[in-house]
Amino acid sequence: MLTEVDKKLIRLLQDDLPVTSRPFAALAEQVGLTEEEVIARTKEYQEKGYMRRFGVALRHREVGFTANGMGCWDVPEERAEEVGKTMATFREASHCYQRPRFEGWPYSHFTMIHGETREECEAIAKRISEATGITNYRLLFSTEELKKTSMRYFMEE
Amino acid sequence: MSLDDLDRRLLTIIQSSFPIAAEPYKQLAEELNTTEEDILSRVQRFKDTGLIRRIGGIFDSRNLGYKSTLCAMRAPEDKLEKAIAVVNEYPGVTHNYLREHEFNVWFTLITPSEEYMEKVLDEIRERTGCEVHNLPAVRFFKIKVDFRLDKERQGAAEAAQ
Repeated sequence: MLTEVDKKLIRLLQDDLPVTSRPFAALAEQVGLTEEEVIARTKEYQEKGYMRRFGVALRHREVGFTANGMGCWDVPEERAEEVGKTMATFREASHCYQRPRFEGWPYSHFTMIHGETREECEAIAKRISEATGITNYRLLFSTEELKKTSMRYFMEE
Repeated sequence: MSLDDLDRRLLTIIQSSFPIAAEPYKQLAEELNTTEEDILSRVQRFKDTGLIRRIGGIFDSRNLGYKSTLCAMRAPEDKLEKAIAVVNEYPGVTHNYLREHEFNVWFTLITPSEEYMEKVLDEIRERTGCEVHNLPAVRFFKIKVDFRLDKERQGAAEAAQ
């Protein structure tokens, strides 16, 4: 169970870590723990799965990945698990989920495909199609990024 | 900004495994065979130029007890501008993209509970007058974003085929 001190530390860990020699010491001071405790708890959050990773969040559009296509795939339910796993092996697919279909929307599997150009994304989708045998799919390209932020947890209290 | 080879190697490492240690920049310097000052100035430059948004933890909404979903909205041209403004107001909306489809506004929503999620979506439907479909994941196959920026990227991409 997360204590109030944990929630306070998590709030700080979702801020921007200082670019200084002892950045965790700065957090320790704010949360009232020692530097060692902050480091130990942060590692523990990762081990327990509260924290997926600790690192930098890049602006992808500024490092050459200029196209992003949402791959939407109509996968028969009996093949959902196996096809999802195959899709997940593609390095250029950053997310892979199965979601509910709805009226007018036959697609069940979603993969975010990143490439330098649309053509590159299309070629990746084609390879995924060939690897899985799923031929009813489409790639929805984004024409504008309307919002992109990191979620901040435990802020509502 | 132009990136040299060391910049790219540094970025690749700190994306997925920034050291959780007392002196993380010194540790990176040792790994990359340079000085702590050099690493600090490179990271500061990445921030100043906007290449990196922040250094911090990426938390798991499910494991923290939060609910997340992807929503598809059909916003006709005359309602689009207002609809985008309304959707973006909510702090739980973390990503929102305009896409080329009849369902043209796709956003992710993270909330502390399912009840609150439904409440937010009902509010969005009412305020925008647009059709919104809530598509929470039923199976998770991959949730990690990890881009390689170093020279091996191409090789790794090919090996993954």
